[in-house]
Amino acid sequence: MKKSMFVMLLVLMFVISACSNNASNQNTASNSNGASSEGANNEVSTEAVKIGYIINTLNNPFFVAVKDGAEKEAEKLGVELSVVNANNDLATQLSGVEDLIQQGIDVLILDPVDSAGAIPAIQAANDAGVKVITTGRMVEGPEIITHLGYNEVKHGLEAGKFLAEALGGTGKIVELQGVMGTSTAQERSQGFQEAMADYPDIEILASQSANFDRAEGLIVMENLLQAHSEIDGLYAANDEMALGALQAIEASNRTDIVIVGNDGTLDAFHAINAGRMSGTMAIYPNQYGEKAIEIALQVANGEPVDSMIELPSIFVSADNVEEALAEVQQ
Amino acid sequence: MTTSSLNTGSRTSRYLQFIQTYGMLLILLLVVAIFSILSSNFFTTGNLINIFRQVSIVGIIAVGQTLVILTAGIDLSVGSIVGLAGAVSATVTLGTGNPLYGITAGLLTGAVIGLFNGIMVSYFKLTPFIVTLATMTGVSGITLVYTKGNPIIVSDPVYKFIGQGYIGPVPFPVVLLVFIYVLFFLILRKTVHGHYIYSIGGNEKASILAGIQVKKHKMIVYTVSGLLAGVAAVILSARLSAATPVAGTGYELDAIAAVILGGTSLFGGKGGVGGTLIGVLLLGVLTTGMNLINVSPFYQDVVKGAIVLVAVLLDRFINTESQ
Repeated sequence: MKKSMFVMLLVLMFVISACSNNASNQNTASNSNGASSEGANNEVSTEAVKIGYIINTLNNPFFVAVKDGAEKEAEKLGVELSVVNANNDLATQLSGVEDLIQQGIDVLILDPVDSAGAIPAIQAANDAGVKVITTGRMVEGPEIITHLGYNEVKHGLEAGKFLAEALGGTGKIVELQGVMGTSTAQERSQGFQEAMADYPDIEILASQSANFDRAEGLIVMENLLQAHSEIDGLYAANDEMALGALQAIEASNRTDIVIVGNDGTLDAFHAINAGRMSGTMAIYPNQYGEKAIEIALQVANGEPVDSMIELPSIFVSADNVEEALAEVQQ
Repeated sequence: MTTSSLNTGSRTSRYLQFIQTYGMLLILLLVVAIFSILSSNFFTTGNLINIFRQVSIVGIIAVGQTLVILTAGIDLSVGSIVGLAGAVSATVTLGTGNPLYGITAGLLTGAVIGLFNGIMVSYFKLTPFIVTLATMTGVSGITLVYTKGNPIIVSDPVYKFIGQGYIGPVPFPVVLLVFIYVLFFLILRKTVHGHYIYSIGGNEKASILAGIQVKKHKMIVYTVSGLLAGVAAVILSARLSAATPVAGTGYELDAIAAVILGGTSLFGGKGGVGGTLIGVLLLGVLTTGMNLINVSPFYQDVVKGAIVLVAVLLDRFINTESQ
């Protein structure tokens, strides 16, 4: 009986090793890749670059897509990638970073759980000679090679411009803001307001928060429709609110309102494709992950990188919604 | 360090006694051996120190949990105590500028909550599960109110030493871990209070009849559990240079898993801290090992759960065979 239990345990351990990305597989992948893309990686060391990616949470589909994008890119570039989930917990984050350091990584991509609480983890990596890149939240203090983030002001600005142009530079519009305590909501609103400053004939009837929430977007829009008999355009700081507002607009039979959102969710693309929404400022999580790996490889190879790197985003309207749908469903 | 109870040895053969006592240790060694084969970075001094430092926090909490479980109780509040005691300790350190006051306040916070649990369990005769579940919920709420949901940053060098310092090559949290295990190993083995704990867990009614002050001893056990959670809170906040309101969430379950893996019976009266240390190390080795050999994060919890189950089953079979 004892023997069989030990055998069970052994089997289980082999299952674990099977779950892990086998080291020999990775080497062959990197070799074959090195041969096919010799021009791109000009004679880097023969050993594959090791990248550690500690990600704040994997309970959010956006970050799962970031991870998938990173893993695909790592395979393509022939680098060894280990992803660790910090589970929204500072202590898990620190332990995870320590484990990655033990694994002998060259570059650490850190998606911090908390700006201040990430400092010991970065310090540990610095002490071990591991180069650190941060994404998402900015951390100040220890040595960080570069930070990857979205330019949210630009997102608000571009979405705002599109809306103004769609209205021919004149009309009455409303703005749905996000959770105003967050930098994302504030910067998107700031960019939108900057865009509107260039169009004196556009009147902003109201700027109200619907907290990035679809149900709140519906209610706030219902009230706005009651209050204003003429609304030509709607700018929403995310697609969830835009889609909630869309429900209110469609229920009121006012089909002439131009709706622009942010984020580029699948639902929003479908709405654009069906002509119910006009556009959205799309960010693709898989491209986020790809970019992070691309930059990490440059850092590992000692190539100079900017201290701030903008993550890719694109405005999606009826013109390019087919491509956007293809990108998301990839 | 033995994991079995003290008085079952006479009837079992020496061989079975050995397996029963060291079964989990053998599993730990097996797991270590397998990870060492799978990753060349695993069995290195640096990584072994890394593992000990990582397990020190849950390890210290698990000592208190062992005592409580030995009395046939359970303490679900320890994780939330880590959050509150860490926040109190950090704010008092910041407010007074003296880390000693901060640390004292943190330890007291833990002990007071533990004492409250103890009084509820012993003198009001409430079920430990319910009492500590209520404290767990309440305390994590108090922590959010107290911190307003924000992390508290501590940069005091003395305070940080507790989590980040070294004595020679050994991290200070590991020194504390070893000290606490040795201390409680001796308390359980050599003192009257230790013997009473086993006796209460083994048969509470008989203990009362034998004149043991069951209520008092139970109260002490819960207070110690809270106090040790306070120690863990100070170490954690010192390691992170920050006390976060959600710190410690789920640690009670890690600690309970370690205690059970270590062979302490949930029904009380059997087990000890030596086994708990092995349980704590087994969980720590699994976490670090899986990170080192690059197991996908989604599979890690599945594997951990399965291994805990297999280990406990194995232990169960060994123990049934020995009877």
